[in-house]
Amino acid sequence: MNQSMPNWVNYALIPVINVLLAFLVSAIVFVMIDINPIEAAEVMIKGAFGSEGLGYTLYYTTNLIFTGLAVSVAFHAGLFNIGGEGQAYLGGLGVVLVCLGFGDQLPLFILMPLCILGAAFFGAAWAFIPAYLQAKRGSHIVITTIMFNFLASSLMVYLLVNVMKDPRQMAPVSSAIPEASQLPSFQDMMAAIGVSIGSSPLNLSFFFALIACVLVWIYVWHTRWGYELRSVGFNRNAAQYAGISHVKVIVVTMMISGALSGMMGINEVQGVSHQLKLDFVAGYGFTGIAVALMGRNHPIGVILASLLFGGLYQGGSDLAFDFENVDREIVVVIQGLVILFSGALEHMLRPQIVKIPMLYAKLRASNNQNGSAEA
Amino acid sequence: MYALELKNINKSFGDVHANKNICLQIPKGTIHGIVGENGAGKSTLMSIIYGFYEPDNGEILVNGNALKINDSCDAIAAGIGMVHQHFMLVENFTVLENVLLGAEDGAMLNESLGKARKRLEKLEEEFSLEVNVDAIVERLSVGLQQRVEILKALYRDAKILILDEPTGVLTPQETKHLFKILNILKEQGVTIVLITHKLQEILDITDNVSVMRQGEMVAHTKTKGTTREELAELMVGRKVRLKVDKSDSEVKESLLSIQNLSVIDHQNVPRVNNVSLEVKAGEVVGIAGVSGNGQSELLEAIAGITAIQAGKIQFAKEAITPEHPISPDKIRKLGVAHVPEDRHKMGMVTKMTASEAAILGYHNDKTYNGRILMDLKAVEQDCAEKMQRWDVRPPKPELKSANFSGGNQQKLIIAREVEQNPDVLLIGQPTRGVDIGAIEFIHEQVIKLRDAGKAVLLVSVELEEIMALADRIVVMFDGQIVGEVAAKDADELTLGLMMANAAGNEDNQQEN
Repeated sequence: MNQSMPNWVNYALIPVINVLLAFLVSAIVFVMIDINPIEAAEVMIKGAFGSEGLGYTLYYTTNLIFTGLAVSVAFHAGLFNIGGEGQAYLGGLGVVLVCLGFGDQLPLFILMPLCILGAAFFGAAWAFIPAYLQAKRGSHIVITTIMFNFLASSLMVYLLVNVMKDPRQMAPVSSAIPEASQLPSFQDMMAAIGVSIGSSPLNLSFFFALIACVLVWIYVWHTRWGYELRSVGFNRNAAQYAGISHVKVIVVTMMISGALSGMMGINEVQGVSHQLKLDFVAGYGFTGIAVALMGRNHPIGVILASLLFGGLYQGGSDLAFDFENVDREIVVVIQGLVILFSGALEHMLRPQIVKIPMLYAKLRASNNQNGSAEA
Repeated sequence: MYALELKNINKSFGDVHANKNICLQIPKGTIHGIVGENGAGKSTLMSIIYGFYEPDNGEILVNGNALKINDSCDAIAAGIGMVHQHFMLVENFTVLENVLLGAEDGAMLNESLGKARKRLEKLEEEFSLEVNVDAIVERLSVGLQQRVEILKALYRDAKILILDEPTGVLTPQETKHLFKILNILKEQGVTIVLITHKLQEILDITDNVSVMRQGEMVAHTKTKGTTREELAELMVGRKVRLKVDKSDSEVKESLLSIQNLSVIDHQNVPRVNNVSLEVKAGEVVGIAGVSGNGQSELLEAIAGITAIQAGKIQFAKEAITPEHPISPDKIRKLGVAHVPEDRHKMGMVTKMTASEAAILGYHNDKTYNGRILMDLKAVEQDCAEKMQRWDVRPPKPELKSANFSGGNQQKLIIAREVEQNPDVLLIGQPTRGVDIGAIEFIHEQVIKLRDAGKAVLLVSVELEEIMALADRIVVMFDGQIVGEVAAKDADELTLGLMMANAAGNEDNQQEN
């Protein structure tokens, strides 16, 4: 059966070993700053997955699933979308405009799809221009999407300072969206069915993220459009031979990718802060790249990787709280190590690990031989 | 004592036993042929001799001394030289610079170049390898480039020269010339190992021949006294018919008509130049030519992949003109199927499964799709049936298409195109890198299609294949059609002269 490398080695064993290695090196870093790594690990795990912290972890996870999925989808078409940051930013704008416009006129169940559309549309629109330039002119998508991150940032500063700023506030933030348009938090939803849980920013959009994973899975692997997308990603010449328009595929894929990034705005704006804030994306767009990388561009992998990174975010802040000589930025170090080991050093251990099952098979074969010889 | 002797060489890649107990003895100063199908283990064996792979066990003896060859430097030091199938030359360097590359003997280049020039001129004289040492390599013809590769090996004092499929890119005349050179080398005491799949060449030039099949050496024999049929049978392990049975063609109406077609590429180089051609129902038209003379571009233009700049490609119902391009998927709907020349580059997405590869280009068909979701079961079922009908092995639609052998990949692609029941079949290099058993089968299928009244346009660099399949042969040179002959009047010599465009002999090209 296992002629080449078994799948579980590729998709489970190697990533897990890489993450463990990253943790090991992190532990050494902890020792160097006089912190007992075992204690630190306890604090982090408890902080991230204990009853108090879990809500926060899942809230971070929600953001990362959206941006991670965005990168994954584009990647299957051979496109490296680094513009998640800007697309999410614009997505937030879309949500706020819908909520401010219709928030007190429409019931939530009608408003909710509108918000999703708003977020997706604005994110997709922001991805459209780089996509079009790539498809038609060959302008490299990596360059243009980075540029569009800066453009988004400037645009939002302008809008928040000059156009949308709430006059009652000192900070450059928009007006708060009407209460009726806010997404129900987990706490409220659980309370409605009589279960009381601790307060956290986790809200309904977590489910949107999970649904997005399923939809992406279906789109990429179970539709003819996904087939075209993967053809273009794997082999542009073969796609052209098949009559697949790479222009169409690039534009559509990038817009889907942008839409997914944009939907992160739902969690942040409609779910948590209830207003548009400067720099609310806070690097999730970039971390999404690491999530996609670690998650092997598969929705399930993206969920797991998001959970890991979400846990690191939340556990890290607890760490900073409990140990006074630790800065919250230590999380960035751990994250960096995880990315280093699971991304850049992906192939470092592979040859050795691949040999193990083979050695095992050989050993078993020779044992059998010896056994039969003795018999 | 042998120039090269192998004793019980074994090499496995995972579960694949690529070389099993290989023993080989090559006497000094002989030309030794090694034949075998793709995947028989020839390349692995040569890579072991040249130090790219380390054998699991076994011994390599050069001139009677056991050697451990860890890399190509060791091989060169032992006097082994290799001419690869795809040349390893720096195209914008001169011949001299190419030969010297990697053998410079000091920090200052000028001094080495001077020394090298003297030695090269002596070598050229000794072996009558006429190449202008100051010519830029990319301006040389393929045959001359190959000589540069040979010079490279000789410059490094190679006493054993391995040539991997050396004639794949040559015209018959160039091949003849190469063989002349090889014979001179032999007289000077160089031992030559020739790896090829062309049996006729083995008979023409070698002294001894070894046959490989499925990783094993199945026969060693003197070339005198063996026949093509015998060698083919040894290679495949069963009787093979080398001739294609076909009746005379029954030509009917024209299904594809090309008028004054011109294709200019991105660098503004004309690739197809004022070509007119007609393919009728019930005939196979073969386009012969040395690769790179516009055949590929012609085929791709007809398939709608490459834009055309002038002329007209008329199908039964519609025509491609510069103003009215038609996309490849629409051309498929016009009843034109296309088996591209390069199956890895174009014919399939090797990272997809076989079942996915088997619908490329037809993936929008209703058979394979529901309203939104693709009917993966139908796709797999369809592929399984095709695999059965076309004897694709292993018959596993869920396997990655990269994991199939070349012959099976090609069968899958041809199955995909032919089973759409097209009126016109464009087929490029149908049997490149395909084993003999599959070649036989593919050829039969092409003839079957012709007999069913379809039009077939065949592009191949294998003259033998063109002569076996085509009813009419046109020859392309430098983007133009330079001749046409009926297949029954064709012979290799005249076709070869047309392919080299007679006047365009090598000396002329060198001066240009």
